[in-house]
This record gives sequence, structure tokens and C-alpha cells, in this order.
Amino acid sequence: MNLTVRLAHDFGGFALDAAFDAPPGVTVLFGRSGSGKTTIINAVAGLLKPQGGRISIGERVLLDTERGVCLPAHKRRIGYVFQEGRLFPHMSVSQNLRYGRWFAPKHRVAPKPTGRPDFDQVVDMLGLSHLLTRRPGMLSGGEKQRVAIGRALLAGPGLLLADEPLSSLDEARKAEILPYFERLRDETEIPILYVSHTAAEVARLATTVIALSDGKVVRQGPAADVLGDPMVTPAGVRAAGAVLTATVKRHHEDGLTELDAGGIPLFLPRNAHPPGRRIRIRIAAQDVLLSRGEPDGLSALNILPGTVETIRFGDGPGTIVSLRTPAGAILARITRRSAEAMGLAPGLACHAVIKTVAIAPEDVGGASNRP
Amino acid sequence: MDWLSPEEWSAVALSLRVSVWATVCSLPLGILTAYALARWSFPGKQALNVLVHLPLVLPPVVTGYLLLITFGTRGPVGSLLEEIGIVFAFRWTGAALAAGVMAFPLMVRAIRLSIEAVDPKLEQAGATLGAPAPWVFVTITLPLILPGVIAGALLAFAKAMGEFGATITFVSNIPGQTQTIPTAIYAFLQVPGGGSSAVTLVIISIIVATGALFLSETVSRRIARRVAGA
Repeated sequence: MNLTVRLAHDFGGFALDAAFDAPPGVTVLFGRSGSGKTTIINAVAGLLKPQGGRISIGERVLLDTERGVCLPAHKRRIGYVFQEGRLFPHMSVSQNLRYGRWFAPKHRVAPKPTGRPDFDQVVDMLGLSHLLTRRPGMLSGGEKQRVAIGRALLAGPGLLLADEPLSSLDEARKAEILPYFERLRDETEIPILYVSHTAAEVARLATTVIALSDGKVVRQGPAADVLGDPMVTPAGVRAAGAVLTATVKRHHEDGLTELDAGGIPLFLPRNAHPPGRRIRIRIAAQDVLLSRGEPDGLSALNILPGTVETIRFGDGPGTIVSLRTPAGAILARITRRSAEAMGLAPGLACHAVIKTVAIAPEDVGGASNRP
Repeated sequence: MDWLSPEEWSAVALSLRVSVWATVCSLPLGILTAYALARWSFPGKQALNVLVHLPLVLPPVVTGYLLLITFGTRGPVGSLLEEIGIVFAFRWTGAALAAGVMAFPLMVRAIRLSIEAVDPKLEQAGATLGAPAPWVFVTITLPLILPGVIAGALLAFAKAMGEFGATITFVSNIPGQTQTIPTAIYAFLQVPGGGSSAVTLVIISIIVATGALFLSETVSRRIARRVAGA
């Protein structure tokens, strides 16, 4: 079931004019703050009425300004995980979780395979069973967000929205919540529209990326394509980085995990994914070296052969080079001087060199095993 | 009740009856008005705000007089109500009306403050979970503002117990009919030998007023603690 969004809204000084298609899976609205992400998600939720546009989930029209259709928020059947949780402080965790169930349709039409989510199943998946009798005031930030996710899910939504649900959490709590969103993506059929300005989050979660800038969609497509395009850096060049999907081959005794990325071995610091599991790795552009010849005698363990596809020259001293490799697209951020000295040009054979230790645990996450 | 003369007792009973009715009847309207002033924007909002607050700033006698010419048997509203059997003028119902009107601004102010303290984002969250607006109000807003509602109601009750100027102007000071504690104290002080009765009623006034304040503080603190999630 696709979510189709077309919106136009003039705030006077900031104009939003965006159209995109969100296929099943996680669609991330990616851009800096002020790019219009939250406005779009609030319009989808029905918390903001745009001046013009059309929003539909499959056949269900939520908004059509031309035909004068605008479903109120409570009739849209959309689960919304807010940035700040917004748990009801006067209710226990259990009451919070059950709130939406009073209004959830008894016979769900879609998505079929999951149907109306089962309370125990959701509590189990999010690890909430020991918190049920507590009040939100007694929960940690990470626990609050898990309850918020559960509450949204249990309302039986046809679409789940998440507005930077991790931004108020520290790194450890983020690492605790991200896997739950991965499970939602991989284990439920509910499409998710997720707002983020953090490249690592996008790289781990996104099936589809909608890159936004100044209220406009600058690029949309599968995550690997958008993140591997040097022309699109919605979070700035420092945060640029490509995403590879690889299969865990085996864990070595010296603390490394070996992956198979399109036939090429990749070595990462050891992670907990079992052999055979498909995972995603984000490789930050500034952690990648380029070499014309086959490098020799380097400490770096990962060397990927490829050909230069595009070179993006900016105003500054840096460039971003995209390299097509058997493992997928790789971005490298190097100086303009190096690019010129090496004579880099599209079509040129080149090697990407990636230090194993440069790949942080938060850059590694489970990938959907679905095609 | 030996320690109260029949006259004193009837004043106390009438005051309680008048204040309870005034508070209970004005509470729903008070919550609605407070909610409208806190959350909605509509033409005439400022005028409504002024109207609600008028009894607080007008001389009570003026308010009483305005009630008399509006709700009196020959007043535009009073004459209509008389046809369906509701009479305010020189009845205890009129005393309740006067007390309710005088206490209304205090009630609305307390409730409005508590509504403004509720994050509208919580109400939005309720809506995204499928709850229609009235349900959001009952299940989220109302429980969160309960301390304010109780504080407002008890403040209004205490104010109604003490209302004098508008009451005596609107419904006069008829023993057993419209004579509340304050008007009774006034009456006792006008006659020789009425001093002791006045003192008794003064003491009762003090007890009721402090009791109401104490109760309101305790109850709203307890509810606030529960609502805050401890």
C-alpha cells in the first residue's frame, strides 16, 4: 500500500511544495531542520491543514483540497510517534498503550497479515512487560519512546508516522530504540513515514529516502541510490555517506566480523548479527580514501575496486566522489587538490580504502531479508 | 441545635444551599467558558472575557441592580422565565443566581489557568490515536485540569458563602427566604442585642471559609501528585 503525498503550503517566508510516493517499508523524510519535514508529517497526520494538496493511502483519500476532503486527525487511523513521546501523564503505561484500542476498528481491513495488533505481542516486542503498572513520570527517555511506539501500534494504524523519535535521547538510548524500528520495518506490514536529520538513522532504517531542502523534494528513491548520490547531501557534506547491504559471513577470533558485499570481503569490528544475516552498513564519505593503483602495504583491511561515476565539486576545498563497486555505490570525500592530482574523471578505475575501525557500531544495522 | 437560634440556623442552612447550588450549576458553564477563553479563538472573545470579569470589578450593588432589572419579574428575562415557573426575584434561587454570578470570575480564572497548563500536544496525541474531540476532553484534558477545577469550585463556593452586596440588592434580606449568613450578620448588627448572634455567624463563616480553602488545597495537591505520574 503506497502513501501518496502532494502538498503546497505557504507560510509567508517559507513555502512548502512537495510531492512524493512512499512504498511499503520505511520512508525517511531526510533534511536539515527547517526543510519542511515536520510540516509534511503533521499534514499527513491531520494536525495541520495545508492550503493545497492531496494525501492518500492506497485507495483511502485523507486529504484532497480540490474536492474539499479533509479527514480529521482522529479518523485517519495513523499512528504517530512524536519527538517528545507525549505520553499521557495521568495514565499508567498499560492505560497509555490501550488508549488507541478503544477507537481501533474491530475488524481491520488492512494490512491483512498482521491484522489488529495483539497487545501481548506488542508488549513483548518492545520489552514493556515490567513497566505496565508504572506512570510515564517514572520512565527513562528510552522507555517512554518504546511506550509511545507501542501506543501508536496498538491503535491499529494503517500508517505509522515518526517525527525524529530518537532526537531527545542520548546515544545509548538511540542504540536501544533503533532495533525496534528495524523490527517494525521487517516484521510488520505497516508502512512507516519517518522524519530524521541524522544520516546514521536514515542509513539504518530507510527503505526509501525523500531528500528535502527548503520545502522541496530534491531527490527520492531507494535508500542506497539517494544516499550514494554525491549531488544529494541533505544533512550537509560532513554527514554524507553511502549505504551498503552485505551478508554476515563469519566472526573471526581476533574480534572482526567478515561480510560478503557483492563478492568482496569486508571486515568490521565484531557485531552481534548471526552469520547469514543481511545487514546494512553506512560508510561515511570522509572515512574513505581513494587510490588509483591497487594499494599495497596499507593497514586498512577493506579495499574495494570500482570506477568513478560522478565527482561533485562544491565551493569549498572538498569534493565528493562516487564510486561504483561490486558492493554498491561508495562515496568518498576528498580534497579538490587530490582529485585534480589523481586526474579523477568519470569512468576511471579506482580503489576505495576503508579502515575497519572507522565503521562505528551505530552505522551497522539489520537489513530486511525481503527482496 | 441548641447553640443556634432558629433564625441563625435558617441563615446557615440557606447560605449552604445557595452556595452549593450556585457552585454546582455554574461549574459546567465555568469549565466551558474557561476552555473557550484558553483554547479557542472566535470573534468577541475579548468581550466575553470582559463580561466574565465584570462582577469582579463592578460594585456588587451595581451587579445586584443589573440582575434585578434583568431577572426581576418585570425584567426581560425574568418575565419569560416566570411563564415556565422559574422565579428569581426575592427567592433563594435569586440569591443562588447572584452568588453564582459574583463567584463566576474566580472560578473561570482558576480553571482557565489549569487548562492553559495542559500541553495541547497531548490532546493532539489523543486525536491521532483515534479519539474524537469530546473523548479527548473527557479522558485527557479533564483529568489533567481536575486540580484546577476543584480549586475553582471551592473558591467559588467560599465566595458564594460570603456574597453580600449583589444578594441584598437583588433579593433583599428576608429571614427564612433570602437571608444568608452575611445579610443575617448585617441584620443582627442593626438591632440592639443582636451582637451575640452576629458573633456566632461570624465564627461559622470563618470555619466554613477556612475549611473550604483547606479542603481545596489538600484535594488538588493530592490530585496534582497523581496526575504528575508519581
